[in-house]
Amino acid sequence: MAKFKHFLVAAPYYLWIGLFVILPIGLIFIYSFHDLNGHFTLNNYLNFFKNSTYLLMAFNSLCFAIIITFISLIVAYPIAWIISKFQNSRDFLILLVIMPMWINLLLKTYAFIGIFSRNGTLNNLLANLGLGRHQFLFTDIAFILVAVYDQLPFMILPIYNSVIAINHSLINASYDLGASKTQTFWRIIVPLTLPGIKSGVQAIFIPSLSLFMITRLIGGNRVITLGTAIEEHFLSTMNWGMGSTIGVILIIAMILIMLLTKESK
Amino acid sequence: MSKFKNCFFLFFIFLILYLPIFYLIYYSFSSGNNIAKFENFSWQHYLNLFADRRLIGIVLNTILIALISATIATAIGTFGAIYLNDLTRPWVKNLILTLNNILIVSPDVIIGASFLILYSAIKLHLGFWSVLISHIAFSIPIVVLMVLPKLKELTRSYIDAAYDLGASSQQVLTRVILPFISSGIFSGFFMALTYSLDDFAVTFFVTGNGFSTLSVEIYAMARRGISLEINALTGIIFFIISIAMVFYYFGSQRDKKQKKVN
Repeated sequence: MAKFKHFLVAAPYYLWIGLFVILPIGLIFIYSFHDLNGHFTLNNYLNFFKNSTYLLMAFNSLCFAIIITFISLIVAYPIAWIISKFQNSRDFLILLVIMPMWINLLLKTYAFIGIFSRNGTLNNLLANLGLGRHQFLFTDIAFILVAVYDQLPFMILPIYNSVIAINHSLINASYDLGASKTQTFWRIIVPLTLPGIKSGVQAIFIPSLSLFMITRLIGGNRVITLGTAIEEHFLSTMNWGMGSTIGVILIIAMILIMLLTKESK
Repeated sequence: MSKFKNCFFLFFIFLILYLPIFYLIYYSFSSGNNIAKFENFSWQHYLNLFADRRLIGIVLNTILIALISATIATAIGTFGAIYLNDLTRPWVKNLILTLNNILIVSPDVIIGASFLILYSAIKLHLGFWSVLISHIAFSIPIVVLMVLPKLKELTRSYIDAAYDLGASSQQVLTRVILPFISSGIFSGFFMALTYSLDDFAVTFFVTGNGFSTLSVEIYAMARRGISLEINALTGIIFFIISIAMVFYYFGSQRDKKQKKVN
């Protein structure tokens, strides 16, 4: 009897799973086999794999995502490590990392338009130093920098959590047994913080594959990724079939990454 | 590495982390109309912001959507989690949990696009309702993940004891389970609130014409170019968040001390 009542109160939850989890994925899958007139076709997939623009775009997104994730990782790791060293003030320091996360992502990205633009602060600074004005906005490097900036806290937090969980006697034991600093780092510290690294990579790599807001505002129309392609097909050219096909490919990529970074138990 | 070096490194990192935000706020006080040059100190852009009825309306819409969606998602998610926790067969539990997590790991673009297809299939008009429903939908799994660990801490014997003492199942729910997991429910609610306030991509796909949230509006303004009204808005948001953070920090420090005393 108690169970039955529970089921009734959980009914909206099950309805949600059906309507907003299973159904949308099913729909995007079905739409990926539709052409512009709503007829069944395999052309979207053929297009994707035959047409060099799509393959190049997918390759581009992959490269950008790898670069963004890698830079975030090598910047975030020392930050997390050093913050953990401040025994007394680390709660406060990590709060300082969290705080920018509360500022709307759009606002932070918007700030970089001002910094990087042709008459922006960076160019004014360079011009005053006699180095001339350069194009920063709408370049690959600007896009990568802003993407790393926006997502960095999502890498710092999981690594920080796994760093503070390390039992220090393990590190001492490693030194006692004659390991060098480098050996201790690669053999002891990195394996112990691997769960944090994995969740950080997961938190950054998947969104990076499908960024479209930062791409549009900072990368301009020069940087084209899977994210901007989906946005364009759905909201500008209204070719939902092709957009869904790219979506399905993105979902498959996502599942592969989840499997690769899955926690081994 | 010396302590001094560490301090310097962190100072440099935090400088970079906060530079864009302070940069926006700095120019919000300039009387000029661009961020090329700081002219005179002025509150002009703040006054413009408060006089801009459309933008104030959008801010209120954003807050309204966040509050309603977080409340409904918390209710649905909490009961979902209670039921999920009671499931006995492991494979069913794992299946539901996997389905639950799909929306958390999915890229925003996919969620936005698939919801857009869904709404057009059921011919739902794009606007307030489509945005609200989407926000409820992507907040539910977060609430579930926040409530579940608390439910795991609740040992079976508590509930059995309540039943033995003659409580009805409704009483067990309202007097034992819900009070025990209340901290999880609260953090779920706040996470849902944050996700809703912060969301851009999903809203961008399902908002249609005529209805806008703050993120979507900032995007539209930013594509048109620099507007110092956005800077003033950043200033206000940063001010509010700073106050909230100060309260949060001292609150959590006090809790810690109390725990140590106990």
